[in-house]
Amino acid sequence: MLKLEKRPQPSRLWTWVTPILAVVITMLAGGALFAALGQDPVEAISTIFWQPLFGEFAFYYRPQLLIKGAPLVLIAIGLSLGFRAGIWNIGAEGQYIVGALAGAGVGLAFYPTESWVIFPLMVLAGAIGGWVWGTIPALLKLKFGTNEILVSLMLVYVAEQLLAAMALGLMKNPEGRGFPGSRNFRQYESAHNAELITGTGMHWGVVAAMIAVILAYVLLSRHILGYHIRLAGQAPKAARFAGVRSARLILFCLGTSGALAGLAGMFEVSGPAGQVSIDFNVGYGFTAIIVAFLGRLHPLGILLAGTLLALTYIGGELAQSNMGLPAAAIQLFQGMLLFFLLAVDVLTNFRVRLSRPEVA
Amino acid sequence: MKLTHLLTSAALALGLASAAVAQDKTKVGFIYVGPIGDGGWTYEHDKGRLAVEAHFGDAVETVYQESVPEGADAERAITQMALQGADLIFTTSFGFMEPTLAVAEKFPDVKFEHATGYKTLPNVSTYSARFYEGRAVQGHIAGKMTKSNIVGYIASYPIPEVIRGINSAYIHAKKVNPDVEFKIIWAYTWFDPAKEADAATALIEQGADVILQHTDSTAPQAAAEKAGNVVTFGQASDMSEYAPFPRVSSIIDNWAPYYIARTQAVMDGTWESTQTWDGIGPGMVGIGEISDAVPAEVKEEALALKAAMADGSYHPFSGPLNKQDGSVWLAEGAVADDGTLLGMDFYVEGLTGEIPN
Repeated sequence: MLKLEKRPQPSRLWTWVTPILAVVITMLAGGALFAALGQDPVEAISTIFWQPLFGEFAFYYRPQLLIKGAPLVLIAIGLSLGFRAGIWNIGAEGQYIVGALAGAGVGLAFYPTESWVIFPLMVLAGAIGGWVWGTIPALLKLKFGTNEILVSLMLVYVAEQLLAAMALGLMKNPEGRGFPGSRNFRQYESAHNAELITGTGMHWGVVAAMIAVILAYVLLSRHILGYHIRLAGQAPKAARFAGVRSARLILFCLGTSGALAGLAGMFEVSGPAGQVSIDFNVGYGFTAIIVAFLGRLHPLGILLAGTLLALTYIGGELAQSNMGLPAAAIQLFQGMLLFFLLAVDVLTNFRVRLSRPEVA
Repeated sequence: MKLTHLLTSAALALGLASAAVAQDKTKVGFIYVGPIGDGGWTYEHDKGRLAVEAHFGDAVETVYQESVPEGADAERAITQMALQGADLIFTTSFGFMEPTLAVAEKFPDVKFEHATGYKTLPNVSTYSARFYEGRAVQGHIAGKMTKSNIVGYIASYPIPEVIRGINSAYIHAKKVNPDVEFKIIWAYTWFDPAKEADAATALIEQGADVILQHTDSTAPQAAAEKAGNVVTFGQASDMSEYAPFPRVSSIIDNWAPYYIARTQAVMDGTWESTQTWDGIGPGMVGIGEISDAVPAEVKEEALALKAAMADGSYHPFSGPLNKQDGSVWLAEGAVADDGTLLGMDFYVEGLTGEIPN
C-alpha cells in the first residue's frame, strides 16, 4: 500500500525537481488531449516547445519570447516578495493598467515635444501609478483590516473601467476620427520604448526585468528586509518577536509589487502595444501569479518560469494557426501546468512509502 | 546595430522566399478577435472562411487564429501567418488596425484586408458593411411592435459604427411611431454574455418591450425569452434559435462574397488596395427572415424599405434631419456623405442622454 509520510522539512531536491516533473506530466497529459482532438500529439508538443526556439522562423520567435516574457517576470518578481511574506496581491493586472495609464498620460501630455527627459519621466510615472494602486489595498488593510486579496482583485475591475474611460475620452487620439484609443507611441520618438537593438526584441522592459531579478535576489539573500519577508511568511509569531513590523512589510510588499506591475504596463503601452486601447490588458497580471509559483517564488526560478510560459504562449499560437488547434485547448494546456505543479508539490512536503498492512 | 538589422532583413527575406516556393496553393489567413463559436461576429467571419474553402476547393488553403487579443499579440499572430506563407490575410476587428499596418510594412508582397478600419497602405485594404441599413429595417419594425413605446438598446462602445446604428434605428422607429423613446445602455464590450444579460434585464425592468443589441452574444435573447413579451433582433448572425419569438428578425453579416472575390483577385494578380463599404445591395448586410410574430403589413413595409435601400433609391440618412441639439444636419432632400457617417459622433434630434466620453 502507498502511504504518504510528512517530511520533517520540505525536500530541497524535490523543490527543484517538481517543476520539471510538472512540465513533463503536462506534456504527456496535453499530448493525450491533443490526440483526443485528432491531432498528432508529438507534432503538437514539438510545435509548442521546439518550433519557436529552433524552427524555421526561430529568428522571429526568439525575440518575441523576450517581449512576452519580460512583463511576466517583472510582475512575478514583485508578487513573489509579498507571497513569501504571506501578503497576497492578486490585483497586479489593475496595477499594470494604472501604471500604463500614468506612463502614457505623461507621454501624451508632452506630445509633440521631443526631449530625452520624456521617457524617464514616463517610467517614473508608470512606477508611481502602479505603486499607488497597490498601496490602496495595503492602507485599507492596515486601517480597516480589509482582506487584501479581495480589495486588490476588485481594484482590477475599477482599473479596467478607468482604462476604457481613458481610451474613449481623455487620452483618445484627436486625429483618430472618433475611434477609441490613444496616439500611437511608435510615431512619437521621445516616448517610444523601441527595441534597443533591432531584431532582438530587447526593449527597456526586458532590461528592467533583468534588473528586478538581480535586485530581488540580493534583497532576499543578503538584506535584512529580505530576511524579515521570509521570516514573516514562515513563522509569523517568531517574526513579531524578532521585531518585524508587519505594517511596514505590508506597505513595502504591496507597494513594490504594484510599482513593478506598473512599470511592466508602462513599458508595454509605450512599446509592444504602442497605444492605450480599451482591451490593452491581456492578463499578464494574472498569469504572473502562475509564473511566481512555478518559479518557486525564487528570482531565478521566476526568470525560467516566465520564459517557459512565454514559450507556451508563442508555441501555442503556432499550434493554433498551423495545426488548427482551438484556442481553448491551448489555454487548457497552460492551466494544466499549474494544476500539475500543485499536485506534485505533495512530493516536496511528503515522502511516499510502500507499507504492508500490519496484522493486528 | 546596422549589422544586426541587415541580418534580420536578410533572414526575413529568406523566410519569405522559402515560404513562397514551398507551395503553389493560395494561402488565406484569418485573425479573429473572438472564439469561432461566439454565435455572432467571429462566427460569421469564420463562415466566410469556410465559404472560401468550399468555393476554391484544393486551390486554397485557409488558416485562422481565434481569440487574438488586440495589441502586441495581434502583431505576432499576423506576422506568424505572413511568415508561414499566407498570401492574403484578413484581420477582422477594428483593434487590429495598427498591428496590421505594422506587419504589412514588413511584408510588402503579402496582401492584407482589415475590417472596419480606415488606414490603408498599397498592400492593405479596408472593408466594412453598412450595418446602419439593417438598423433602419429594425427601427421600423421596433417602432411598430412596441406597445410601451420604450425601445431598449444595448450599445457596445461609443464609436461611430455604434452611434450610426442607434441613429438609424431611432430615425426609422420615430418615423412610424412619433411617441417612441430609446433607452440606451453602454455595455463596453462586444461579447460578454453576463453583462449583456444584465443590460437586457435592466432595460426590460425600465419598461422596454423591444430590445436592440449591438453586442454579439445571444444572452439578451435569452433574457427576453424569459421575460415573455419582449421583442429582439439577432445581431451579426441570424440567432434563429430564438425565432419566431422573441427574435423577430436579424441583421446578418455576410462576408463570404467579399472573401471569395478578394481571394480570386489575389489568384488573378489583380488585387489592389481598396476601401469597401457595402450594404444590403451587394449582399454584405442581410436581413434575417422576418418571423410571423410581426404583422403581415409591417413585414411588407420592412421588406419594401429593404428593397429601396438595396436598389439605392432610399438612403437611411436623408434630410430633413437635425442633430440632438436642434441644429440642422441635413436639409430637405440632402443625403449624408460617407465622411460624416464614418466619423459620426453625435445623436440625431429626439434621442435623450449623452454619448459617453
